[in-house]
Amino acid sequence: MRHLEQLPPWAAIIIALCVAIGASMTLLGGLGVVRLKSFYQRLHAQTLAYSAGTLLTIIASMLMFSLLESRTVLHELIIGVFVIVTTPVTTLMLSRAALRRDRDAKLGHDEIVPPQRRAGPAKPDPASATPPIPAAAAPDRPDR
Amino acid sequence: MSRLAPHPVLSVALVLMWLFLTRFSLGHLVLGSVIALTAGWAVEHLHPSRPRFRRWIAVPRLISIVMRDILRSNIGVARIVLLGPDHPAYNSGFIDLELRLRDPNAIAVLALIVTATPGTSWVEYERHEGRLLLHVLDLKSDDDWQSLIHDRYEALLMEIFE
Repeated sequence: MRHLEQLPPWAAIIIALCVAIGASMTLLGGLGVVRLKSFYQRLHAQTLAYSAGTLLTIIASMLMFSLLESRTVLHELIIGVFVIVTTPVTTLMLSRAALRRDRDAKLGHDEIVPPQRRAGPAKPDPASATPPIPAAAAPDRPDR
Repeated sequence: MSRLAPHPVLSVALVLMWLFLTRFSLGHLVLGSVIALTAGWAVEHLHPSRPRFRRWIAVPRLISIVMRDILRSNIGVARIVLLGPDHPAYNSGFIDLELRLRDPNAIAVLALIVTATPGTSWVEYERHEGRLLLHVLDLKSDDDWQSLIHDRYEALLMEIFE
């Protein structure tokens, strides 16, 4: 806590609050992963750590080091942008994998999942657990 | 120019980022430029659809709406985690809705927003029919998610991208 002592009291209070709330939100996110019951519910818990936790920690770090060293605060912004842009990629992959598992009735359910929507008049068959290739494309996959 | 730097904006942004992360020097400028040009060239081979921004004015409005929603839903989800999974006051479930957005970049931004908001998570998108499957942690039966998503985000995204 040597750094905080060099700051004006108002800034120290704001920074301490940001770090404390951010860390508590991250802890709550971790707690949620343990407490919530189904996979899809746990997906929401980790978002808590990722949005509020990251955001508040970044704000605190930017405030502190721009006041202390008067350097550019862009490092933290870049971290924030990368966290925001990359997390949905893995979240989406995990949720799609869980959805596929749960639609395959043999493997047991976490939660009742809605059936797959199929484009076109395809009949449901055992292979329907495999999504059709165009539908499986990630939302950011471009049209060729 | 277009063959050397197929994505000039991306390459310039990468060079700037490289210079911010390291200390400015000629060597880092050259190294960063080489990396940025290589990255631009690699992206070109992925054939992304180029984002077209029609209206920049709507961007700050969208950001402020998203920030407010993230803040509010963070508090909501934190409450649910503290109440515990067996509390009867909430139930989670899937929402099936229809998107009018078609631009892949706009849909990617919508996916970022939905994922960054605790309480909603993007599960599956079906491109042919434009159906989106969301999972909502605190599902109240009287909420109309179709018009909620449309009014809050989709209309603005359509304004920006389409």
